[in-house]
Amino acid sequence: MEETNVLTALRAAFPADVRETGESFGDPVVTIRPEALPAIAAFLKAEPWSYAMLLDLTCVDHPDRSERFEMVYHFLSLTANRRLRLKTDLPAVAPEIGSLTGLWRNADWLEREVFDMFGVRFSGHPDLRRLLMYDGFEGHPLRKDFPLRNRQPILPPRERT
Amino acid sequence: MTTAFQAHARPESMLLNMGPSHPAMHGTIRILLELDGEKILNAEAEVGYLHRGFEKTCEHRTWFNLLIYTDRLNYVSPLINNVGYALAVEKLCGLEAPERAQWIRVLMSELSRVSDHLTCIAAMAMDCGAFTVFLYNMKAREFLWDVIEQTTGARMTTSYIRIGGVRTDLHPDYDAVVRTAVSETRKVMKDVRGLLDKNAIFLGRTRDVGTITSEDAVSFGWTGPCLRSTGISYDVRKARPYLTYDRVAFDVPTGDRGDNFDRYFVRMAEMDQSLRIIEQCLDPLLRSRTSPLGPMIEPAEAIRAARISPPTVPVRLSPNLEGAEKAVLSEIQTGDPRYAVPSKEETYGTIEGLIAHFQYFMAGHGLRPPKGEVYVSVEGGNGELGFFLVSDGTDRPYRLHLRAPCLHIVSALSGLIKGRLVADIIPTFGSMNMIGGELDR
Repeated sequence: MEETNVLTALRAAFPADVRETGESFGDPVVTIRPEALPAIAAFLKAEPWSYAMLLDLTCVDHPDRSERFEMVYHFLSLTANRRLRLKTDLPAVAPEIGSLTGLWRNADWLEREVFDMFGVRFSGHPDLRRLLMYDGFEGHPLRKDFPLRNRQPILPPRERT
Repeated sequence: MTTAFQAHARPESMLLNMGPSHPAMHGTIRILLELDGEKILNAEAEVGYLHRGFEKTCEHRTWFNLLIYTDRLNYVSPLINNVGYALAVEKLCGLEAPERAQWIRVLMSELSRVSDHLTCIAAMAMDCGAFTVFLYNMKAREFLWDVIEQTTGARMTTSYIRIGGVRTDLHPDYDAVVRTAVSETRKVMKDVRGLLDKNAIFLGRTRDVGTITSEDAVSFGWTGPCLRSTGISYDVRKARPYLTYDRVAFDVPTGDRGDNFDRYFVRMAEMDQSLRIIEQCLDPLLRSRTSPLGPMIEPAEAIRAARISPPTVPVRLSPNLEGAEKAVLSEIQTGDPRYAVPSKEETYGTIEGLIAHFQYFMAGHGLRPPKGEVYVSVEGGNGELGFFLVSDGTDRPYRLHLRAPCLHIVSALSGLIKGRLVADIIPTFGSMNMIGGELDR
């Protein structure tokens, strides 16, 4: 019941930005336009929905689609014990989306990880660089066109300054 | 090449690398420090030294085969990772494990949770100079691992929880071994409490050190004992009960200050609760116990007998398949041949079983969940351990994403140590229980 309420509220508040609402295995899912992400995230975080926690943030690569990168956000409301999945599609060329670092502090590392693994840029991120791979690594490993057994030369030792 | 961190540092401060290989950095993490004497002016944690490409690898393995990689995420409590992954795939397939398998999973999860907390407290106390606590906890952990080893055959990389159930039934003598493990762990915990709870040195290094407010903890996505130490009683086992957690009684202990000592204290209290759950598992397990297997004949004898007529008495399996006999398997694994391997008796004794077995392991034919995506989380040793799976209907996941509780916790580290002394890093980092395997994937 409650889950449909948040979907209805989202549709009412952002009629132009919500593309699709539905349910997947009991979890409510909403698909939005990427430009609206920061506004919708702020709406969800505020009362009365109070999705206070950004549970997870990741990306799925669909090379066969024109909107190749599907960003997937999971929010959790501690007070109401509710979860919500929010999805949005980004184009294959220069994928970019607004950063959530201003709303949730863990968005910092999570967005760096997605940037590292998929090459999605987050506008407004204070310090967007690779998280798991090293500086100087080429490519984005979790893209589907990145070969599994790709080898890269190890960087030469840094010169002492 | 100068990093932004180096560029922003004052020219007169000292820059120090702590790690990636440092005796107090359990796992490999590098903390860059900008110091004024002993005082930390700025800090930055750098992770990724243990990155193995877990998610990429999983996309190239079948749903069944990638289970072994989940063992290596949080290597102190591999069974909880197995449970999380198995539950996620089961939800995608619409499966439910038999009740006995569910109780076994709860038992194994809680044993793993205790061993996880014991390890964390052991390392944290050792870093503060309390080596006795370390040895005591390792002793208790051995008793717990005895139970796990007896049934699964391995201590750490068990791969025991399977999609649709568990691999084998519990060892016939498990009951006494579990009871010994529980009572020995209780004894050790009493000793540890005596050594640490009012210890001036330990209190001095943990009380009001590494404090985080509950708002910040939520904003950083903290879950598990670290979040509960700030006073928020969020526990996946209570919030979204899975397996048989809604049928056992346990409390969710919380702290109030959110400092290192509270994180230690909540972990200790949680172990008490886990031991309580373990004891409550024993009764239902005893009740659902399968009747002892009747007489069996040796394989060589069976082959000889089969020349005349098919043997009516079951054949004894190899010792490493003990507990997976056909009669037992129906109690601990789903019977659906699309999602589980047939019993060895069927594989070697009937043509249908052989075909089912081959199909299960043939490329493109094995376990193929329907299309869809699912997020399932369990309460891991460090917090909410989530699996986000995307299936395109083939025998390999299209995308598998792990929500590692550690990542969120460690991302707050630099904020907690800023303005403190270098010595405060050690207990603060220790109380977070960073596990490289799940943090760096």
